[in-house]
Amino acid sequence: MKRSRLRNAGFLVVSISAAAAAIALLVLAPWWLLLALVAVLALWMLSTRIGRQAWSVTEVGLATIPQRIGASSVIVVGIAGVVAVLVALLAMASGFELALRQGGTDDTAIVMRAGSQTEINSVLDHDSATLVTQEPQVLRDAAGVPVASPELVLVASLPKKSTGQDANVEIRGVGERAWSLRPNVTIINGRKFGPGLREMIVGKGAREQFAGLDLGSTLKLNGQTWTVVGEFDAQDAHNSELWADNDVVAETYRRGSGTAAVTVRLTGADAFDAFKAAIASDPRLKVDAKTTRAYYTDQSAGLSKLIRILGITIATIMAIGAVFGALNTMYAAVATRSREIATLRAIGFRALPVIVSVMLETMLLALLGGLLGAAVTWVLFNHYTVSTLGANFTQVVFAFQVSGAVLSTGIKWALAIGLIGGLFPALRAARLQVTAGLREV
Amino acid sequence: MSALVEVRNLSKTYQRGRQKIEVLHHVQLDIEQGDFMALMGPSGSGKTTLLNLIGGLDSPTDGSITIGARRIDNLAEGALARWRSSNVGFVFQFYNLLPMLSARKNVELPLLLTRLSAAQRKRNAEVALELVGLAERSTHKPSELSGGQQQRVAIARAIVSDPTLLVCDEPTGDLDRQSAEDVLTLLQQLNRDHGKTIIMVTHDPKAAEFARHTLHLDKGSLVPASARPPAAAASGSPA
Amino acid sequence: MKYLQLVWSAMFRRKTRTIFTLLSVLAAFLLFGLLDSVRSAFAGAANSVAGVDRLVTVSKISFTLSLPKSLLPRIQELPGVATVTYANWFGGVYQDPKNFFPNEAVADNFFDLYPEWQLSAAERTAFHNTRTGAIVGESLAKKFHWKIGDKIPLQATIFPQKSGANDWTLDLVGMFRVTDPKQKSRESVLYFNWDYFDEARAFGNGNVGWYVTRVADRNQAQQVADAVDALSANSDHETKTQTEQAFNAAFVSQYGDIGLIVGAIMAAVFFTLILLTGNTMAQAVRERIPELAVLKTIGFSNPSVLGLVLAESVLLILLGGTIGLLLAGVVVDAVRAAVGEAVPMSRVGASIWLRGLGLMLLIGLIVGALPARRGMRLRIVDALAGR
Repeated sequence: MKRSRLRNAGFLVVSISAAAAAIALLVLAPWWLLLALVAVLALWMLSTRIGRQAWSVTEVGLATIPQRIGASSVIVVGIAGVVAVLVALLAMASGFELALRQGGTDDTAIVMRAGSQTEINSVLDHDSATLVTQEPQVLRDAAGVPVASPELVLVASLPKKSTGQDANVEIRGVGERAWSLRPNVTIINGRKFGPGLREMIVGKGAREQFAGLDLGSTLKLNGQTWTVVGEFDAQDAHNSELWADNDVVAETYRRGSGTAAVTVRLTGADAFDAFKAAIASDPRLKVDAKTTRAYYTDQSAGLSKLIRILGITIATIMAIGAVFGALNTMYAAVATRSREIATLRAIGFRALPVIVSVMLETMLLALLGGLLGAAVTWVLFNHYTVSTLGANFTQVVFAFQVSGAVLSTGIKWALAIGLIGGLFPALRAARLQVTAGLREV
Repeated sequence: MSALVEVRNLSKTYQRGRQKIEVLHHVQLDIEQGDFMALMGPSGSGKTTLLNLIGGLDSPTDGSITIGARRIDNLAEGALARWRSSNVGFVFQFYNLLPMLSARKNVELPLLLTRLSAAQRKRNAEVALELVGLAERSTHKPSELSGGQQQRVAIARAIVSDPTLLVCDEPTGDLDRQSAEDVLTLLQQLNRDHGKTIIMVTHDPKAAEFARHTLHLDKGSLVPASARPPAAAASGSPA
Repeated sequence: MKYLQLVWSAMFRRKTRTIFTLLSVLAAFLLFGLLDSVRSAFAGAANSVAGVDRLVTVSKISFTLSLPKSLLPRIQELPGVATVTYANWFGGVYQDPKNFFPNEAVADNFFDLYPEWQLSAAERTAFHNTRTGAIVGESLAKKFHWKIGDKIPLQATIFPQKSGANDWTLDLVGMFRVTDPKQKSRESVLYFNWDYFDEARAFGNGNVGWYVTRVADRNQAQQVADAVDALSANSDHETKTQTEQAFNAAFVSQYGDIGLIVGAIMAAVFFTLILLTGNTMAQAVRERIPELAVLKTIGFSNPSVLGLVLAESVLLILLGGTIGLLLAGVVVDAVRAAVGEAVPMSRVGASIWLRGLGLMLLIGLIVGALPARRGMRLRIVDALAGR
């Protein structure tokens, strides 16, 4: 009695370790390695005797799936659900990160008042703004003028299309050189605003999320009427903003100093450290500098990390539920086929082919489920734009990115669930006493 | 004096796909109170069907069944269930005990349908188990009992609510010689000492010897006494 | 009750299978508990009843713009106004930007408008008498281990001192407690004297961030709000006044439709759960058809067999779900203890339990419906014969 209980315990330990090792492999290995392993498996099934046994058992198992269509679809749909939610949440995190990260480069820097953290908190006086642009590390254009844009960031309230409630949208007053500073910005509709006029252009994302920003519409800002004359695509977080002439914005909002921060293009990415040192050593300046890439990354870090953690937590809990569901279903599947399996064993098939076959079957069903779930999310959510509260207390518009990396993670999770859900029933099937199985009349 | 069980002109037809199969043809039968009757016949003769009809598990296509002066052939399902709970006890070939319940809890099952308190149910069950000689095994699960012991528990369950009729379908079919004899002796005891009316379907002539009478069915009709094979005729006398 | 044992023993017929199913159900309701805790925290912030007799007045353009202090006496004079106070967002950083908490400069009578907060008279007097005094919520003080008398240095991000320095050092003179669990997050705010703020700041002097007005009759709230806005109509500082409740709701809605996201995830989770558990239940009943047939022969009616199977599936879900919700409660409490009570997760209290139990009942019935029907409608004769 005691010996067999010890053996059972030992067996359990071995199988759990095997499962853990397999999952570690799945998670860490790159796809080319996994595909290579599949190729090796296929080769084994074709060439060795045991391998061929495994293949014939699998064939029989797969052929009987139509008879067990109910239970099999349950596994597929169950795992599809887990993968769909996981992929959706990861795509959201990924999209948010992308929207903000794309906004920066290493050769442009943003300069704000010391301690401000974000543009909206910062105020720069005219002298400081000018001094900063005169540093030698700042690139000058053909005319010898520094490529710099003093900018002012303010918040306005507009109704969000999705909730109908007012939400904050960012208005950026830009300097003349904003266009040469940001060559990635293109006008996709209408035209640029005229200098000195109460005209604005709206970012693609802002137009999608907020009501009343179509071409030609008017807005009332602080009692003054503004007209939307164009739409731009900056391919980054600026798509959530409304742009206008810096001086006109400052006047509308009665801001004495028309500058919150200055964005400059440096002579090169390597010039940043020198630039930072130069302004730090100037006693007249009380400012901080960051590369725009660093600035935007910091802004997104908190929220995208939160979404990512949330996504993984939720998916883990769902996956645990799915694993137990899969185990139940596969144990039942093995039980219904116990006579068939016992007969095979009695004929002379070894235990290993049976194990391989049950696992293959479960993992194929899981793979199907994973692909289904990923496909559903991709169709429903890819490039779906949403917006949420960003660092400046304004809405940041971003799109779900159902990227290759996200899809790959989802599929791997599906395979892991299938692996666990199939391993233990497979081992149970292999240990099944031949006589007990045959007696199942 | 009318018999306890009066079967008149009983017919049962099943529909299998397009085919109509008539399993019982116009069966007439009387069973007196206190009788122990064996029902024999080759497979497909309709004996189990007849048993099911008398036990109220099914309704006939034609004819009537009157038990204790009550017609049961025209009762609806709900009324039939209620009738069964106080009038019939069943014993099956494969015992049909609930595997997760102890012997005593299995025997208590019919009592759940009554208003008896938990203590009373327990007491009645123990009396029934005492009667079948398994009082010390009341807490054992079916898996811990032999085939013969399980069947005796089934019998205890069948008699615990003191039914009018005990209906047995091949009760010894799955038992070895010794256990079969123990079970049949028990049934005989219940009949003789406690006056229980028993109808038993069996294919074993030796089992039929324990009964008072034997009837034969062939192809859905009762075989008249004169046409019976000689061995069966000899078993007509009480043992 | 007497049938309970029958149902219970039926459930554990196959121990492993039942335990696995329980774990699946547990996982689903653990998730439900956690997500609903987040959802109701957001909804609670939006729907608090507390702010119904207070109005918040901000600049119509954007709440980041200031309003002149001269509005104060004019608002006070309006009919229906009981008390008015004002405040300004300061946005200072304590040691590290990661330690973010709101800090605001407020007028002397600010706490008069929040009588539901617990603050001793002595501490209020100290606040009045100490120019650089600060009052914080108890949770905030606990988080940073502050005691009365401590000096709290804040680094300005928006408002430097006239000297140009960013350092503002405050003296902790009092702590307040909020008893309403839904409003607990307000304890994570630091308040200091507006007079000190206005006198020391480099720019914006004489301007306030927003006004809070208490109305004498909450049914007159809208009229008073309109009257306040009328004061500044067509001026260069147009205002927008709404109840504090509406203001908070609007703010929270900026995060996005949290209810929708949570609802969508839970729908996916429960759909999967119903599928998996329904399959297991169907299997379990299929195996037990002969036993159910025996019960019928004994005399159990059709409705009672239906009831037995439904009771089993409901009990299964209730068992797993209850453990899952209990676990969720433990996790939420642990997170709140670790991160602070201002985290957007409400305690798993009565309303979440009620919703959870209702869902468990519903799912139990759905999962058990088809198998129960099958059990009820089995034909005794066929079932016994193994057909």
